[in-house]
Amino acid sequence: MNLSSGRGSMSITSSSAAWKPADVVTDQFPAGLRVLVVDDDPTCLMILEKMLRTCLYEVTKCNQAETALSILREHKNGFDIVISDVHMPDMDGFKLLEHIGLEMDLPVIMMSADDGKHVVMKGVTHGACDYLIKPVRIEALKNIWQHVVRKRKNEWKDFEQSGSVDEGDQQPKQSEDADYSSSANEGNWRGSKKRKDDEEETDERDDTSTLKRARVVWSVELHQQFVVAVNQLGIDKAVPKKILELMNVPGLTRENVASHLQKYRLYLRRLSGVSQHQSNLNPPFISPQDATFGPLSSLNGLDLQALAATGQLPSQNLARLQAAGLVRQTAKSSIPMTLVDQRNILSFENPKLRFGEGQLQHMNNKQQINLLHGIPTNMEPKQLASFQHTAQSIGNMNMQVASHGAQNNQNNSLVVQMRQPQSRGQILGDSTVSHTPRHPSSMVQPILSNGMAANVASRNGIPENIRAPGYNLVSQASSMLNFPMNHASELPGNSFPLGSTPSGFASKGAFQEDVSLEIKGSGGLMPGYDIFNDLNQHKPQNWELPNVGLTFDAPQHSSSLQGSPDLMQSVLAQQGFSSSQMNGHNRSAAVVSEAIPVNLFPDYFEQVLTSALLKQQEGTAPTENEFDFVRTTVLFMIAVSDVHVHCKRKIFRTIKSAGTRISCFFQKPVVCFVVFLSNLP
Amino acid sequence: MEVGQMQRRLVDYTKTLFMEGFLDAQFLQLQQLQDENNPDFVVEVVSLFFDDSEKLLNNLSMALDQPNVDFKKVDAHVHQLKGSSSSIGAQRVKNACIAFRNFCEEQNIDATLRCLQQVKHEYYLVKNKLETLLRLEQQIVAAGGSIPMIDMGF
Repeated sequence: MNLSSGRGSMSITSSSAAWKPADVVTDQFPAGLRVLVVDDDPTCLMILEKMLRTCLYEVTKCNQAETALSILREHKNGFDIVISDVHMPDMDGFKLLEHIGLEMDLPVIMMSADDGKHVVMKGVTHGACDYLIKPVRIEALKNIWQHVVRKRKNEWKDFEQSGSVDEGDQQPKQSEDADYSSSANEGNWRGSKKRKDDEEETDERDDTSTLKRARVVWSVELHQQFVVAVNQLGIDKAVPKKILELMNVPGLTRENVASHLQKYRLYLRRLSGVSQHQSNLNPPFISPQDATFGPLSSLNGLDLQALAATGQLPSQNLARLQAAGLVRQTAKSSIPMTLVDQRNILSFENPKLRFGEGQLQHMNNKQQINLLHGIPTNMEPKQLASFQHTAQSIGNMNMQVASHGAQNNQNNSLVVQMRQPQSRGQILGDSTVSHTPRHPSSMVQPILSNGMAANVASRNGIPENIRAPGYNLVSQASSMLNFPMNHASELPGNSFPLGSTPSGFASKGAFQEDVSLEIKGSGGLMPGYDIFNDLNQHKPQNWELPNVGLTFDAPQHSSSLQGSPDLMQSVLAQQGFSSSQMNGHNRSAAVVSEAIPVNLFPDYFEQVLTSALLKQQEGTAPTENEFDFVRTTVLFMIAVSDVHVHCKRKIFRTIKSAGTRISCFFQKPVVCFVVFLSNLP
Repeated sequence: MEVGQMQRRLVDYTKTLFMEGFLDAQFLQLQQLQDENNPDFVVEVVSLFFDDSEKLLNNLSMALDQPNVDFKKVDAHVHQLKGSSSSIGAQRVKNACIAFRNFCEEQNIDATLRCLQQVKHEYYLVKNKLETLLRLEQQIVAAGGSIPMIDMGF
């Protein structure tokens, strides 16, 4: 591609036929750059529009953040870059920034008359690729195209990096206009890296003369295949080429896989890194981090209520959960997420919730990642700390669950479910929370995990090797999330090479990471979803989550659930795994609810929930369910703080009294999702 | 008055405004944005600024008139006014807004009321000046001349 435009040469070298950043540079570039500018000040808006037009950009202006979001959603791939004001009446500019990052992964420039350091820093941490001080001069706008190119360049570069996520590419971007204190790009890479995870790829290779990049839709099945392949190869050895071969999907290119892999790694890394404080951007890839489960803990009560309030969690579900007594309504809520956040985080676009569509929309992936993105920013340090605690507890719980699950061969199914395409299909196939398909060996959880595990696992990459969901958790607070993933691998259906013993508690390490990853990701999104793992129902083998769809029930199709399903899924998935494991022998698989930060695994969550719901609907939850379900419900309690510990105990007692076997009691606070597999209609 | 004379008058007047700090370089940017395709750009933007500012000033008056002043809201309004005035190039208004915000932070009612007066004062001043300037430009254009670009050496 020729690097044209007199704006300077782009030193991008592309050697392969892959899409290169240079591809977007045409003769007229950057003319025609499609900019969306958002500002509630009409004077500024008009001036900016004129300036951008003078730069030969295509400008769309709007004065409300909500309008901007709907415009962006309506015209996916219709914009290259967004410029937004910080202070707006209907929505905070940083919130909009997060949304855009999560959903559309576009570069966003913040601007404000406010040049205080903390505000600019906020822009950096939220992932803005630049920050302009008003009054904005035209010179500053002339160079905004570099953000678009840089972003793509880095993605392209990542394609080429088979083994590692290359983050060194990003150079700090210096605004050419010295007058404006544009923030350096150090924070940008982080944001953009995270954002990349959310990118969706479509199948067509876009015309190189446009600024679009080829996109492949990473459907649930595809993603699961991907995760399976990665697991088989081993996360460290997974190179795009081999993954591509293993996946054996016609039409998929190595670049698609590479970019997806990169996102996946980032996702995993983020999970492991979230536990560390936000400032620490480079957590060891799989290092168990102190999960910041803080938010998670609050998820239980808070989320449920919040979710219920937001309509995401059907009130009936909430009631059910509450009734079950397993859900801690007290919101210890350190959840930083506001309802809006939750919704945002949880929300996958409508498509996601539509299980009937049969697939998690690509958005799922995006959402997942997005969620992850958003979460850390929302998390407060202390919450992070609590997360860690919860993560720990989760880990513990998982361990226990795992131990139980070990007994049950089916346990593997926990994980397996996720991977099993068929279950997936089933789950997804149902328009409503349909019953999770009963796979003989499908564990309820797996169902959830199908979506979740797949997502989770694939996301974390690590989970692949998760053996003992629980174990990992123990070691890692964050392993909670990974939990499901680990399980997933265990599930027979899983093609995960992880090979962890079916009871798979072996892989503690993996688990931890997973969990931590997940948990971290969620940044406390842990919705109070109680995913009901329909473990007990049906056959020992059916680790179905009858009620996975607690959240799914209503919202399945509604976007309101958006967030929840995902969370649920992930939660379920996680839970499912643990529970299935636990109840291996115990038909009534307890639902292991992990407080999976929804954020982390929107996809998973959704899938999990979907599967759970599906199962439920399938009627796999026979009457025995109610009781069985209770019995099989594995309650993971995550105590984020002391208070939680009490609740945890209480819950344990409740469960015990309900006949459920509780094999482990985590001392450490662990984010715990109570997933109830309920067959309640 | 012939065109040349009008143009000179315009240039002198504009320079004075800059010297006295009513306008700053941002205003020049606006003028440079105006071209044959958008001959009324400056007029439109300035009118927009006037409308918006008057609304903001009203809101500010009301907000400060409350028994319990919500300083956050006041600050938000002032911030907005600061943004738009700086985008127009109304320097003195912008500076008055900056001082205003400082007092808002301190939650000093008396000081903020005084600031409001100050901002209003500056606003009406610059409004007056800009209207005069734009009128001069219109006259030149009506007489067939072109608006001279001012090089202030910014």
